[in-house]
Order: sequence, then structure tokens, then C-alpha cells
Amino acid sequence: MAKLLALPRAPTALQPERPRPDAIALDGVSRRFPGGAVALDEVSLAVREGEVFGIVGRSGAGKSTLIRTVNLLERPDAGAVRVLGRDMLALDDAGLRAARRSTGMVFQHFNLHTRRTVAENVAFPLEIAGVPAAERRARIAELLPLVGLEAKHDAYPAQLSGGQKQRVGIARALASRPRILLCDEATSALDPETTRDILALIRDLRDRLDLTVLLITHEMSVVKAVCDRVAVMEAGRIIEAGRVFDVFTRPAHHTTRSFVAEVIGYDVPAATLARLPLPTQGQARRLAQVLFTGPHATRPVVSEASRRFTLDINIVSGRVDEIAGEPFGVMTLAASGAAADVEAAFAWMRGLGLQVTEMDA
Amino acid sequence: MTWLSPALQDLLVEALWDTVVMVGASAAIAVAFGLPIALLLHVTAPGGLSPNALVNRPLGLVVNATRSTPFIILMVAIVPFTRLVAGTSIGTGAAIVPLALAATAFLARLFENALREVDRGVIEAARAMGATRLQIVAKVLVPEALPGLVAATTVALVSLVGFSAMAGAVGGGGLGDLGIRFGYQRFMPEVMATVVVILILFVQGLQSFGDWLVRRLSHR
Repeated sequence: MAKLLALPRAPTALQPERPRPDAIALDGVSRRFPGGAVALDEVSLAVREGEVFGIVGRSGAGKSTLIRTVNLLERPDAGAVRVLGRDMLALDDAGLRAARRSTGMVFQHFNLHTRRTVAENVAFPLEIAGVPAAERRARIAELLPLVGLEAKHDAYPAQLSGGQKQRVGIARALASRPRILLCDEATSALDPETTRDILALIRDLRDRLDLTVLLITHEMSVVKAVCDRVAVMEAGRIIEAGRVFDVFTRPAHHTTRSFVAEVIGYDVPAATLARLPLPTQGQARRLAQVLFTGPHATRPVVSEASRRFTLDINIVSGRVDEIAGEPFGVMTLAASGAAADVEAAFAWMRGLGLQVTEMDA
Repeated sequence: MTWLSPALQDLLVEALWDTVVMVGASAAIAVAFGLPIALLLHVTAPGGLSPNALVNRPLGLVVNATRSTPFIILMVAIVPFTRLVAGTSIGTGAAIVPLALAATAFLARLFENALREVDRGVIEAARAMGATRLQIVAKVLVPEALPGLVAATTVALVSLVGFSAMAGAVGGGGLGDLGIRFGYQRFMPEVMATVVVILILFVQGLQSFGDWLVRRLSHR
């Protein structure tokens, strides 16, 4: 078993595309708090084995309650919870404890035992599972290098930085070789650089240990950095879900759009728009956001459109980025010219597979 | 201590020993009973590991009732019980019974507070890892609260030194009793002063030891 851990998983790219079964399946899950507030409103969700699935939402959206229903720290009032094929709600106490051992959890505030050393913290889940001391020591010797903390074996949490504490939390969550890792705002208490490190670690561990990761966050940048698929929550409901690239490039719901804007910066400040030169008499000036994806993403579309349709095109904002390994560009253009020409230019761009969204000027 | 006659010096040593015995024995009993009571109160409280108002309410009521009875009254009120337990209602041994009872109630509340200070997140993490309730109590709650429990015990020990001074009322010995009988009733201020100084040093020693232990135990 010890050897298994060190073996890297075969690169995903070499594997044929095959649908993997659901590791976590929530079906119509509802939860109402004693006060009457609805935390979850018929939420259905399927997390496939091996993927990193993100749930993003503002505070109070219900995402924390949602992740807690997966290991039944929060019991739903209605709906079904299946984890690795097991009907969680049908389990008795002993069965539930066993199921929880196969699901690791990482917390925002790390939740480490202050009076246990790093090694003792990591050993805790093994200790309560009745694993003999010698075996625990061997397992710790594997786990600490995995998270880069072999030098901190005997340190107490108070002596560690936030990032190091979360690494302990991750090592502890992985101690009993779970197949699922739940991350409850795992990076929300960390600075941006540490956040990047921890997210990279989570992704790396997913690859090496073939984990399924469900994480909740209020930061879209976290989703962008680490997730394969994402669900957006608002008022106890999932309002949008899909591949991260799709949700980022084609957000349907306005809440999603505002989340995406935090990372991609779609919005152009009003003051900037006001400073754009006004169109000359008899000409139209229209603003549009153009998303460059697909085969024509690298084509010199702006200068081509300018020549073909005799337009003056002002580039108001623009950037190139990468989401889930796929590059894309986004540009805000102000196109001036004859009304029909502007219209034709936008239609031509759409014909190339670019996304053109007109904005209020 | 040349300002005291050899006979008084002997009495002083004996009184100090009586105080140590009364405080030590009642504190040991109070910890032994107070901790389970505190755990029961904490675990059965609303939002606890096993909320149970039928246990929590009556238990809390008994603890409060004991705590609100002035010690000097408690001491005489439970004389029949003391006689049952200690075989007598007079003397240092008999004084341990009401002292232990008062300290148990006092400590139960202090312990309960210390348990409440434990980070709920650590408890939740243990639940998420599949810990049983007993494991959570034994391996998370008590170990994490230990510095707080020790601090509470120190407070209780200091209070017990004060309470034990009243033991003279039921024929118990100790420094307080010596101070009253010789220092006050026989107008021997040098005895009173010596007793007070010894009590101050005694309490200081207890407090310093407790603080040191708390520092050693906590890793915050």
C-alpha cells in the first residue's frame, strides 16, 4: 500500500476519454434551519470520480451547508446523498463513521489540535480508526513528504504559518487513504501566494492519488486555478453549472457574470467609457465585448474588420488568459462607422466563432 | 520563628499539615467528580454532542443550588450526610466532606467553561473523520481543554484554602482555625500574622505552580 502512494497516476492525456462514475451524487437535497431559513433548496449535483469540482457562491449562499451534507455533518431534510455508490442517509452510526473515514475534509481554519504535534495531528484519524502505532508512524513518514512538511514532524501548529497549517490539514485528511477530499474554503484564510501553492498541491495530489475533490469557495480565482467543473450557488440553489471554461467564457446568469468579472475583468469603468470620442455626424458607434476562443482566436480580427468594413475600431480593454489550460482572449471594442457596416462587422466576427456581446455605450 | 514558642511552632506545623490535607483531599475528590459532571453538562447542552435537556437542566440546577449555598451554611446543613460518609461530623476529616462538595460544584462550572473554550472546528474535524462521541470527548475535548482545566483547578485550590479556614466551625483544624483560636480569641497578633503570611505564601505557591503548568501544557 505504501508504494501505491508514491506512484504517479498515468497522465490524463494518454487515457481515452471515458465517462467515470459519480463519486458524489446529491439529488434534490433540501435543508431548512430551525429558524426557518432555507439553506439548501432542492440541490442536485453530480461529482465524477477524479475531477476537481468547485462550488462558488457568496457567503450565505448555502455552499457550506452543501459540502457538509456530503459527509452528513449536516443532515438534509429531504433528498438523497450518495457517496461512492453508498446511500449515506441509510447508514447506521457505525456505517456512517466508516463512510466518513473514506472522505477526507480540509477546513478554512485548519481545525488542528493545538496540543498535538504535526505528526500527532496527522496520526489522529488513524488513531481513532484503531491503526497500530507502528503503522501510524510509517504512514506519517509517507504523508509529511507528500505535503512538504517532513521537517516539521515535531512542531506544534502554533509554530507554523497558515500555509503550513493547511498542509497539515491536508495530510491529516489524506491519512486514512480517502478517495474523496472535501475542501471547505480551504484557502480563504491564506494570502494569495500561499493560496496558489495550496491549490497546486491539491491538484497535484488529485493527480497522484486519483482523488475526487469537491471544494467550496467564494473566490472565482480559486475555481479558475484548480477546478474542472463548477457550480454557482445563490440562495440555496445551484443557478449555473458546467465546465469551468464554459462557465467563464459563456456565463448565463448575472450572478455568474459578476463572479467571472472578478477574475476576468469584463467590466470597463464608466469613466473610461465617457472619455471615448463621440461618433461623427451620421455615424454609429457601438461597444462590444469580443471573446476570442476556438480556431480563429489567434486571427488578427480587429485589423481585418477595420479594413473590410471601413471602421474605426478603438480597443478599450483587452487581455489574454488561460482557464483550465485553455487559452482565451477578451477585448472590449468601440467600433465607429456606418451603422450597416458595424452590424456587418459584428456578424462577420460571430461567423468566425467569436462571441460578440454588445454593451450599452 | 523565634517569636513563637516551641509549642506554638508545633501547632503551626500541624495546622499547616491539616490545611494541606483538607485542601488536597477535597480538591482531588472535586476533580474526580467535577470533571464527569462538567462533561455531562457540556455534552448534553443544546448544540452539544448529545443534547439532552432531561439530563442537562436538573444537573445544572443541582450544581447551581450547591454553588449558591454559603459554605458555612452548607457545612452545617449536610451534617447528616457528613456523618454518613466520614463516620463523624467533627474534625479535619469531617470537614473534607463539605469542602469537597462545594468544590465539586464550583469546579464543575469552571470545567464546563474550559470545555466550552475548545474550538468547535476541531470537534467538527473529528466528527468528519469518523470519531465516535466517546473518542471526541477523550481524545479531543479533554486534551484540548487541559490547560483550561488546570487553570480552573488552580482557581478552585485557592478558593479551597479560603473555605478551609472555616473548617474550625465544625471542629476541623488548619491554619484558619489556628488563626481564629490563638490570633483572635487569645489576642496573639504574632500568631495571626504568621498564619496570614503562611497562607499568602501557600496561595502564591499554588498559583505560580498552576500558571507554570498551564504554560507547559498549552501550545498556543
